[in-house]
Amino acid sequence: MNQGELNHLLGIKGLTASQIHTIFDTADNFLNLLQAPVKKTPALRDITIANLFFENSTRTRVSFELAEKRLGADIINFSSSSSSVKKGETLIDTVNNILSMKVDMIVMRHPAPGACMFLAKNVKSQIINAGDGTHEHPTQALLDAFSIKNKLGSLDGKKVVIVGDIKHSRVALSNIYSLQLLGAEVMVCGPATLIPKYINQLGVKVSHNLDEALAWCDVANMLRIQLERQDQRFFPSLNEYTNLYGLTMDRLNKLDKEICIMHPGPINRGVEISSEVADSKQSIILQQVENGVAVRMAVLFLLAQHKL
Amino acid sequence: MINEPKILLNSTKANLIIRRFALQIIESHKDYQNTAIIGLQPRGILLAKSIHNELLKLGADVLYGEVDHTFFRDDIGRGGFHIPKPSNVNFSTENKNIIVVDDVLFTGRSVRAAIDAIMSFGRPKCVELMVLVDRRFQRELPIKPDYTGVTIDSRNTNDFVKVEWENDNQVQVWLLEDKK
Repeated sequence: MNQGELNHLLGIKGLTASQIHTIFDTADNFLNLLQAPVKKTPALRDITIANLFFENSTRTRVSFELAEKRLGADIINFSSSSSSVKKGETLIDTVNNILSMKVDMIVMRHPAPGACMFLAKNVKSQIINAGDGTHEHPTQALLDAFSIKNKLGSLDGKKVVIVGDIKHSRVALSNIYSLQLLGAEVMVCGPATLIPKYINQLGVKVSHNLDEALAWCDVANMLRIQLERQDQRFFPSLNEYTNLYGLTMDRLNKLDKEICIMHPGPINRGVEISSEVADSKQSIILQQVENGVAVRMAVLFLLAQHKL
Repeated sequence: MINEPKILLNSTKANLIIRRFALQIIESHKDYQNTAIIGLQPRGILLAKSIHNELLKLGADVLYGEVDHTFFRDDIGRGGFHIPKPSNVNFSTENKNIIVVDDVLFTGRSVRAAIDAIMSFGRPKCVELMVLVDRRFQRELPIKPDYTGVTIDSRNTNDFVKVEWENDNQVQVWLLEDKK
């Protein structure tokens, strides 16, 4: 990543492998810093960041907030439920009002796909996408790939299956882009109704059988069923989904190898993943959360250098 | 325009200085079990490694670490693009006598940032600075070395000191003077 190459992080699409490696190298250094007794740096002490969350979030919001605080930035937290958005204010007006208070960067989550791109074209600020509808969630994909790299040494040639609600998942799309960019093979697995019809055009394998997918992969990334984005029934019952696509210890024990288990959270224990698997030594779910802060610190730090 | 490079230190003189540094550390740090030398990324670590090797030859097993100061710079977002190198401090700096090692001391800003970086690993008892070349008229902060190899008095900020390492242990230092 050279100066001037990247002013926003809107999605993984458009990034290069070299840019992702720069983010990972920087995140490695932040991970070391986070192990030190004093976990803060003053690197972004003269930068103000607004976290605009137009949709619910726990993990991503807290992770971004912690990353920003560890970097010494000033932060403003905004959630749409308690703002003038409820009174009919447009997105551009809301953001421009916040920017007029001398804010340098915006971290935004929004239910509309493309909202971050729209904002980047219409306001003078650096934008980081913290999830836009069913489109992309780039920092989650970066921390997922970073976690696989840290666990397995590299992504090159690794086989990763993404299981569950691919249709409504921004995590799945960003993961497909980032994993392929870094040399991994990707398979998606789930009921046909939850897998987009033309997904094979992205160069991914498709399976509707979890046991086959698990036998193929080195890493399984389990996704949550996004009931809040489903306006119709995509499978007969949650019980049936769990029977066919829930990851249990019985399923893992049938394999002749140890695979790495991931989940972007929030977990619905007993639905897409059993408690026993989520808490097993094969699971790197908590490392994903820990790595998330370092990866977000790296993204903020690298983007902030393009402020002037 | 740059004049013909002028040699400041050939490898024989530089090796003598490295040995002198090791002896000075032993002399002034009698309790050297509580002493650590920390090289500054990227170029200070080769000098720090050489000094550490000399210390080991002399039987002084001091702690060794490497620190990158990128996250503690005071110019982030003011032009330039800085990618960090790894820090490697596998010990607490709490209550230790730390010797920060760098090749060239110029404005003092890197050293200031490095001291902050070191403080994140604990609160040292004291911090000293050891440099191969001190460009003493270019300081922007009140920072002064405790151990100096050679001092140059160039007042032209465009002059450049080039430290060349061969096989990671033979070093030569050149002064590239700006014609203006």
